[in-house]
Amino acid sequence: MTLLIQYTLIFASVLLLVALGGCFSEHSGVINLGLEGIMVLGALGGALAMKYVPSSVPAVVMIFVVSLCAILMGMLYSALLGVAAIHFKADQTLIGTAMNIMSTAAATVIVKAINVAENPDNISSAITYTGARAAFTVRLGNFEFNWFILIAVCALIISNIVLYYTRFGLRLMACGENPQAADSVGINVYKMRWAGVLISGLLGGLGGIVYITAGVSEWKFEVGVAGFGFLALAVMIFGQWKPKRIALAALLFGFFRALSNVYTGFPFLAALNIPSTVYNMFPYIISLIVLAFTSRNSAAPKAEGIPYDKGSR
Amino acid sequence: MDTPYAIEMLNITKRFPGIIANDNITLQLKRGEIHALLGENGAGKSTLMSVLFGLYQAEEGIIKKDGKVVSIKNPNDANDLGIGMVHQHFKLVQCFTVLENIILGVETTKNGILQKDEARKKVMALSEKYGLMVDPDALIQDITVGMQQRTEILKMLYRDNEILIFDEPTAVLTPQEIAELMQIMKNLAKEGKSILFISHKLNEIMEVADRCTVLRRGKYIGTVDIKDTTQEELSRMMVGRDVQLVVEKGPAHPGEVVLDIRNMTVASKVHNNNAVKNVSLQVRSGEIVCIAGIDGNGQTEFVYGLSGLEPLVSGTITMLGKDITRATIRERAADMSHIPEDRHKHGLVLDYSLEYNIVLQRYWQPEFTKNGFLDQKAIRNYAERLIEENDVRSGQGAITTTRAMSGGNQQKAIIAREIDKKHELLLAVQPTRGLDVGAIETVHRNLIRERDSGKAVLLISLELEEVMNVADRILVMYEGEIVGDLDPKQITVEELGLYMAGAKRNTVKEGA
Repeated sequence: MTLLIQYTLIFASVLLLVALGGCFSEHSGVINLGLEGIMVLGALGGALAMKYVPSSVPAVVMIFVVSLCAILMGMLYSALLGVAAIHFKADQTLIGTAMNIMSTAAATVIVKAINVAENPDNISSAITYTGARAAFTVRLGNFEFNWFILIAVCALIISNIVLYYTRFGLRLMACGENPQAADSVGINVYKMRWAGVLISGLLGGLGGIVYITAGVSEWKFEVGVAGFGFLALAVMIFGQWKPKRIALAALLFGFFRALSNVYTGFPFLAALNIPSTVYNMFPYIISLIVLAFTSRNSAAPKAEGIPYDKGSR
Repeated sequence: MDTPYAIEMLNITKRFPGIIANDNITLQLKRGEIHALLGENGAGKSTLMSVLFGLYQAEEGIIKKDGKVVSIKNPNDANDLGIGMVHQHFKLVQCFTVLENIILGVETTKNGILQKDEARKKVMALSEKYGLMVDPDALIQDITVGMQQRTEILKMLYRDNEILIFDEPTAVLTPQEIAELMQIMKNLAKEGKSILFISHKLNEIMEVADRCTVLRRGKYIGTVDIKDTTQEELSRMMVGRDVQLVVEKGPAHPGEVVLDIRNMTVASKVHNNNAVKNVSLQVRSGEIVCIAGIDGNGQTEFVYGLSGLEPLVSGTITMLGKDITRATIRERAADMSHIPEDRHKHGLVLDYSLEYNIVLQRYWQPEFTKNGFLDQKAIRNYAERLIEENDVRSGQGAITTTRAMSGGNQQKAIIAREIDKKHELLLAVQPTRGLDVGAIETVHRNLIRERDSGKAVLLISLELEEVMNVADRILVMYEGEIVGDLDPKQITVEELGLYMAGAKRNTVKEGA
């Protein structure tokens, strides 16, 4: 039971972080399908930091450095979307898809190159970070508290305040709803969209590192992040682009994801003798069903996906 | 401040490749006056306003504010000089509140947090001072077009703008809302604001403006005092010739019932309710029946249902005694001509040539085919005849891509096509939308000629004047229902407005 709660919370934190990232990007008017790819690159950045920072440094320093590397990689990668979607007005769905395909490949190549350079016989795409990961968690009896849960909660609170109570949030959402209106009152739509995309890179990258350190001490980069970026998109849509609802949706999806990890711990579930793959499918099936029923009356930003062109009024 | 002028645009010339949009135009706006800017489509009104608003830079000429030369390079410069504009298509964020839309771009914050209470106080004060009733906490998507417009006006006032530009502000309003707007504009002028009122509706200019500047084909025609002029003179200045403002037509001679619609119900695409509810009507040969109403009250869906673009939920359509409820569009087109509301979406294939567009519904008929292939020569000859007869102007004649033609000429081509083909019913949906006075006159004359030649004409219009002038019988549509069956000779515009706003209704006679 404790384990179920622990995994629910940590997976929900990942989904929450990434979905909030998507939320900022879409409120600015840019569809970010590349969240999956941003997560992979963020995870890579964080994993490399864990690999090279000696695990003897204080926990706070470790968390800070690892998060920072993940965030920087995420933002850097999201800049691709920014340049292509905002500057060159390319099709946002295509860019996002391309980013996803490229990310896993790039991460695998980089990690393999590093591994081979260290030891010519090691051609795996995995990075091990047993020592560093210990810095992220605190044991409270049976419960393993992860500091990233706290960070995700902070991100939720800050996102809610920023979107609904600040000048920046008001202007950002105006750009996603009616960029012509925003432009006519002197708001720089391009700048706001860049801000939205970069924030999604920040949160997406952070989500990536939280995901790969959630339950394991080693990550094979050839599996990417197993569709978690897409799951986060589903969470965002189910949450109707509103931070508080996104948090609830993340908990729901996180719960089903956690169930697939720990169902053997519940005698009655184990007794059903359902293959573990079925549990693994759960979150994705749930998202299909949920989206089929909720996407009709969606509150999606009206101008999302449409490149803004100052000339066309 | 020793000049009476708030803004002066002196000898403005703005060229685009191949065209002089503004040719040495001078516009002087006095402080506290309402100054109308009159001209047909393409006369250069929008370009001139874009120069004033900093969207374009003029090649020649200067702009003075309070007598001092200023340079306006972008809309922010214009804002800084106190120039504000209510755009024809409102620049509002639908899911924001009225208040949020007003403060957007000029928000006050404390420690990074928006201070909405302060803003609300200022908005309410302005609202009271100028009689602009709004609910600051209502979402834009829930309020009427009139209130949306008042929000736009408050946006300018909140920014302390002194020079207010209204770009065709009455196009989307009911007569009552228009009257209110006129009063608001007068109040604003009385409080010292200077107003530029862009319009091509002469009666509104006569009612509200102090002076009027007229443009024609990019050239400055003149500035007149409204109290010394007449509608006829203004229209002559605008068009360059005498225009018949009142449509001349004899009495109608209705004959056989051509179209008989019973209990038509059509679903809406945007919400779950039906957009057209249980509508029954008849149109006879030799009469023009006009469906009036404010945009978005089910007219579009009604036309979709009648023309076959959308299936009916229930009801029947009978034409010339034949049930066509389930007929395909091509089957219906045998007796029905349709001038569609959206000429780009449903009227033309924009990237096709003019001649192909002219035979768009008929290319398969024996007249235009030879051995299973298109008979290019027959198509060309036919197209050239219609172009000639209807004075459709285009760059390269029959082979011009329709996208390259002006809106007025696109419309002329559609009307020519629809009137020339065999039909008993002409369904004309907003046939004069976006056309200038001269072209409107031609369209109206065409409709009346159709009627007099014994066709049934069903006109859907949002323009009150058109409804009153052209129709033999008016049906008012409100929220998907016919709420009035009226005789244009016996009602006033004000009364019609009440029906359109849903404030009044009469029971429709059975079989009307």
